[in-house]
Amino acid sequence: MLSRVANSLYWMSRYIERAENTARLVETSLQLLLDYRNLDEQHIAEQWLPIVQATGEEEAFFKLHPKATGAAVTEFLVFQAENPNSIVQCICQARENARMVRDQITVELWEELNRVYLFVRSRQARLVWKQSPSEFFSEIKASSLQLTGIAYATLIHNEGWLFLQAGRFLERADKTSRILDVRHQSLPETGPPGPVGPTGALEWAAILRSCSAWDGYKSLFGAEVHPKWVTEFLVLCEDFPRSILFCANQLNISLRKISGVPEGRFVNDAERHAGRLLAELQFSTVDDIFKRGLHRYLDDVQVKLNSIGDALFEAYFFLSLASLGESDFVQQEEQQQQTGV
Amino acid sequence: MLENYRPFGYYDEMLDEKGGTRPHYQKFRELLEQIPAEEFGHRRQSVDLAFLRQGITFNVYGDEQGAEKIFPFDLIPRIIPASEWDYLERGLAQRITALNLFLHDIYHEQKILKDGVIPPFYVLSAKHFRREFVNFKVPKDIYIHICGTDLIRGAKGEWMVLEDNARCPSGVSYLLENRRAMKRSFSGMFESIGVRPVEHYPQELLKMLRYIAPAGVADPTVVLLTPGACNSAYFEHTYLARQMGIEIVEGRDLMVREECVFMRTTKGLQQVHVIYRRIDDDFLDPTVFRKDSALGVPGIIRAFRKGNVSLANSVGTGIADDKVMYYFVPRIIQYYLKQEPIIPNVPTYLASEESDRKYILENLENLVVKAANESGGYGMLMGPKSTREEIAQFRERITADPRNYIAQPMIMLSQHPTYVDGQFEGRHIDLRPYIIYGEKITIVPSGMTRVALRKGSLVVNSSQGGGSKDTWVLYGDQ
Repeated sequence: MLSRVANSLYWMSRYIERAENTARLVETSLQLLLDYRNLDEQHIAEQWLPIVQATGEEEAFFKLHPKATGAAVTEFLVFQAENPNSIVQCICQARENARMVRDQITVELWEELNRVYLFVRSRQARLVWKQSPSEFFSEIKASSLQLTGIAYATLIHNEGWLFLQAGRFLERADKTSRILDVRHQSLPETGPPGPVGPTGALEWAAILRSCSAWDGYKSLFGAEVHPKWVTEFLVLCEDFPRSILFCANQLNISLRKISGVPEGRFVNDAERHAGRLLAELQFSTVDDIFKRGLHRYLDDVQVKLNSIGDALFEAYFFLSLASLGESDFVQQEEQQQQTGV
Repeated sequence: MLENYRPFGYYDEMLDEKGGTRPHYQKFRELLEQIPAEEFGHRRQSVDLAFLRQGITFNVYGDEQGAEKIFPFDLIPRIIPASEWDYLERGLAQRITALNLFLHDIYHEQKILKDGVIPPFYVLSAKHFRREFVNFKVPKDIYIHICGTDLIRGAKGEWMVLEDNARCPSGVSYLLENRRAMKRSFSGMFESIGVRPVEHYPQELLKMLRYIAPAGVADPTVVLLTPGACNSAYFEHTYLARQMGIEIVEGRDLMVREECVFMRTTKGLQQVHVIYRRIDDDFLDPTVFRKDSALGVPGIIRAFRKGNVSLANSVGTGIADDKVMYYFVPRIIQYYLKQEPIIPNVPTYLASEESDRKYILENLENLVVKAANESGGYGMLMGPKSTREEIAQFRERITADPRNYIAQPMIMLSQHPTYVDGQFEGRHIDLRPYIIYGEKITIVPSGMTRVALRKGSLVVNSSQGGGSKDTWVLYGDQ
């Protein structure tokens, strides 16, 4: 498989996953606010700022908006063209990556991705968003899930598919860790968290909802929401497909299938980092996590995920990148005569 | 729906001079009349929507926002009866055979120049004549593997060749997708009318590409080399690669080691044997042609020369696209094949011939003037439709650089009923069939019919408001 193709497939699935997770995060936050009454500006900012932080785009946000109001944050995360990680931009980039590998993906996959692209770029999208944000988010989430399903059911499960999987699970692990981190300020820096009051329970339930984890959580822990159990579920649950451990395991499996190297060994840094992260998660308890402090622990996880991404780039994609400026390419690509139609 | 349609003094593809339906359109017309106007409008919309959804688009340069447009498609097919197609097929095969012999000759002995059939000046001054390739043997002696000849019909319905397009003719993906769209919209019609299929084009193309593989390679790796996602024909490149089941590569995916071409894969380097290249000669290899080319592959020409990789089309075919060379094609056919041309050229005047130039300059307002090495409707003067300033401009250019210009009478292209704003109107059309030259010559029975959607316009190019139609070649004559 061409390195450039592998790279495009990897980013295509990362961007789709990113769009979906951002949609979950914003939607849950909007709904959470419905449960509060009479919040002053200060409190509203306290609700929205962590959301921006969770996406890792705080700096970019304050370049564009003076204050973290609901309108500013949602605009930034949903539509803003200047934010490369806004939902609309993620869809555009996923689609652009797909366009570069049109020959490698199925018609079904392309058409769905192109459909949601045409939707988010249409005037209709703004209208839907104004009338019913939740309908807008449903559209994004449903499309992402559909794309995942179409990919699973129509693509050949070959090397390209494994890069797709690697991208998806890397992104998902990262996003789950960031969403879980949203309420870390309400926790002690280190040591076990105490039980939470009614407002806290709503906030932690919102975290679960942002990860589509509410139903799964209830079936394991019942309806009582406790930060410790929420953390256990979202980090260490072996069987929940959005938990960090689950994602790390899938990522590790995909990487090993790509190179054919058995468990317990490695041939590149991506496999080494991924194997190590998986082992750490497998042999951690939730008490270990809180002993280190949830925020610091999740920070570490994110750093490790980043290093896996970097190593993946080095091992498989780096070869294909030319040193030339992108604008030179575009100009010459356009110049090619295709004796006109 | 067609009862109010009239031909208005041009050769009409569907109606004869008396307004009667030509025999090969009879069945289609009967079936079309059975579709209510509203239903027809509905199908038209759903086709547009399907094209947009599938991303069957071309890129518009300089358009920041959308960058992609669908190529307008007209639902009324252009129909060609079997006997007429047989004539075209013979004419096109004759032409590509002669052109390949011509290219071989001018890159070797240059007999045609020595015998005085073509003044050597014209060949040696041609922009796309590649001196570097004189005395270089190309695989199987084939230069033009894929040719997209543009055909038109004049006021009496007579066929003529407009130009040859021997470099990277594009548009075949629209031919294939238009057919798919028509099959969805009018599924019942195909069998009862007897339309010959086109779906085997990608197989034929791949068969040819494998045929030209370097000697001794039993199972060649074939790739399509694209300039990249910003090119206007990128959709077509991915489409063809997918249909053929081959890899699509950009220049940066390839590298040359020890005079062999390799692609960079996640498992290391893999050798490539045949390249269907969709980038110009000039950009192929920065060490040989344009030094600033970022799209090409350094060393690829050396590998080609060594016979370790084959290119389709070969290097240097652009000279056959030179409009001055076009003038000589009838002589080329006579010289190599000892035959008369089956499909004639459009009458052409060469600005660098004294008497022709005089005629051109005196009759500019009645002629179409073309630059020798432009395509796609650029660098052209349509005399009768131009302002005085434009004519004066061309007068100057022709006088300054006569080698670079030819002129032709304005041809009243045939017209075809076309669905415009809820009714049928006549619009001018041309036809581009695709000829594949491999072990044998294969022409898929169809072509891309381009239609000038602007009323009265004779320019069919997509950049100038052109659209396309499906082209039906029948098993019989009616």
